[in-house]
Amino acid sequence: MTTATPEPPAAAGPRTRGARTRGPRPAPARAAEPRPGPRAAGQQRRQARTAAAFIAPFAVLFAGMYLAPIGYTVYQSLFRVHHSGLGLSAPTTVFAGLSNYGTALDDPAFRGSLLRVLLIGIVQVPVMLVLALVLALLLDARTTLFKRFFRLAFFLPYALPGVIGAIMWSYLVAPGLSPITAAAHHLGLQLNLTSNALLAPTIGNMLTWGWTGYNMLIIYSALQAIPAELSEAAKMDGCSPLRIAWHIKIPMVRPALVLTTVFSVIGTAQLYNEPAILHNVAPNLSSDYTPIFAAYDQINADNFNAAAAESVILAVLAFALSFGFLKFMQRRGEAL
Amino acid sequence: MTADTETPIQHRPAARQLELSRWLTLGVMLLATIYFLAPVWWLLVSSTKTSSGLFTGNGFWFGHFAFFSNVRTVFAEQGGIFSRWLLNSAVYAVGGAAVSTLLAAMAGYALAKYRFRGRELTFNLVLAAVLIPQPLLAIPLYLMFSPVHLVNTYWGVLLPSMVSPFGVYLSRIYAGASVPDELIEAGRLDGAGEFRIFSTISMRVMAPALVTVFLFQFVSIWTNYLLPVLMLANSNLQPVTVGIVGWQSQRGLGSTAVPFNIVITAAMLSAVPLVVLFLSLQRFWRSGLVAGSVK
Repeated sequence: MTTATPEPPAAAGPRTRGARTRGPRPAPARAAEPRPGPRAAGQQRRQARTAAAFIAPFAVLFAGMYLAPIGYTVYQSLFRVHHSGLGLSAPTTVFAGLSNYGTALDDPAFRGSLLRVLLIGIVQVPVMLVLALVLALLLDARTTLFKRFFRLAFFLPYALPGVIGAIMWSYLVAPGLSPITAAAHHLGLQLNLTSNALLAPTIGNMLTWGWTGYNMLIIYSALQAIPAELSEAAKMDGCSPLRIAWHIKIPMVRPALVLTTVFSVIGTAQLYNEPAILHNVAPNLSSDYTPIFAAYDQINADNFNAAAAESVILAVLAFALSFGFLKFMQRRGEAL
Repeated sequence: MTADTETPIQHRPAARQLELSRWLTLGVMLLATIYFLAPVWWLLVSSTKTSSGLFTGNGFWFGHFAFFSNVRTVFAEQGGIFSRWLLNSAVYAVGGAAVSTLLAAMAGYALAKYRFRGRELTFNLVLAAVLIPQPLLAIPLYLMFSPVHLVNTYWGVLLPSMVSPFGVYLSRIYAGASVPDELIEAGRLDGAGEFRIFSTISMRVMAPALVTVFLFQFVSIWTNYLLPVLMLANSNLQPVTVGIVGWQSQRGLGSTAVPFNIVITAAMLSAVPLVVLFLSLQRFWRSGLVAGSVK
């Protein structure tokens, strides 16, 4: 994904010419080129200056709001506040090496939050993406009716702010208020969707509800880009729609599937809103339910260095997982 | 319809199978529609109910109609702070999206149209940043802003909202594909400066992509929760998302707590601007999502 886009030949031109003028004089044959060396070099310098002026405002804010916080957090994670024995003198900050990381990883609550998010992700992401893929394929099928309406209906949850969706679901599952629990009660079932055993499925459902439509639309857009002749030809050969979907369409939307998986993995890693809001109707949901939850708790306890270490661990794991998946899929893609 | 007319007479059994699969598809689609729309329907219905009405009767059908009195209560609660929250959300979302779109347009345009050393490196850095979700950065930003006293100010939320790596990515792709070099050359021959060419010619060509960038950034700021809830303890500075969750966290307990039907009505009202934006600008939504998937 981050591989450099191959430059068109026209773009490569001025750069190589500019570089060569610094070496020996150009051979006479190159005089036929539209722009002679020295002028190209001057123009390139001018272009670089203009480009720098255009990019500078974004670059300054980008450095301040992306690079600096990451750097500062890594730096903070290496220190700890030292309170002297009696707590009479002001606390001092001392270099702590990697001990904050050790403490975080030793903390069963933090480890538990990482594991919990991992488990939610392992179950929820595939369920959501399979649902998104099936709906996208059905939307793409030629004979499906009311496509516009269905597309809009499936995408609507994404248009609702995530927090609002979470508040809505918190009431939809809250004991006493929940219409789902009430319906189950009518059928003679005792159901508490906020009990400890059902917390994770409830959160998984909130995520699936909110994000399936978004992923479906990405996959659907990729499906639309497949040339119609391809499935027409397969149909002529007697291929059933199911087989066309399996053998032609799904392989061709692989990049979209990989992309939505990566986005979903990263999204699950930073899970916070849904459990935080569910916590307001389900006090049994622990206040270090997810890693970000745990780091937020550390901030509230004025333990900034621990919060920094936990944030770094989470970011590294999320990056390793999504990047690892990307590389794995790339290698498999080559093998096929 | 079209399938029927195309199917030759001798393939009638196949046509019957087609009918069956069409009904099956429709059934699956309807089930999915119920799953996605029923909760929203519940929210709409519940916003018309009284507090006690929420706990009695069918959750999915109207009871005593109290929508307008609910809305009045929402805006009167806590000295009318709800309109303040809406205004704050608008300031953050419009301000952040406007600045980030302009900066992203400039940077993306330069990355697409000028040749210079380090161009690919810059672009790859931006691409990597697209993958870093904003919430993951919220805690680091808080840690960094707290010693320099940007916490609990408008700037604490506005500054991070002014950066959109996705916007740079989209602007670069779009400028590269849609702004012809000849157009820029023509501007130069007319003696226009580079910034003038950008602001009067190129930006106009890039307009559709810029609307998409603005829209995505607007929505991501309006819906953002973790960053403002970390940064803003002062409820006068909070955006509507943080404010409503604050109400919801009172759990309707005690005589001073905000009742459930008021929280629900407030939640419903705060989503209206986004649903309107979404329905009226569908074209731009899709183009942004497509840009995200076609790499």
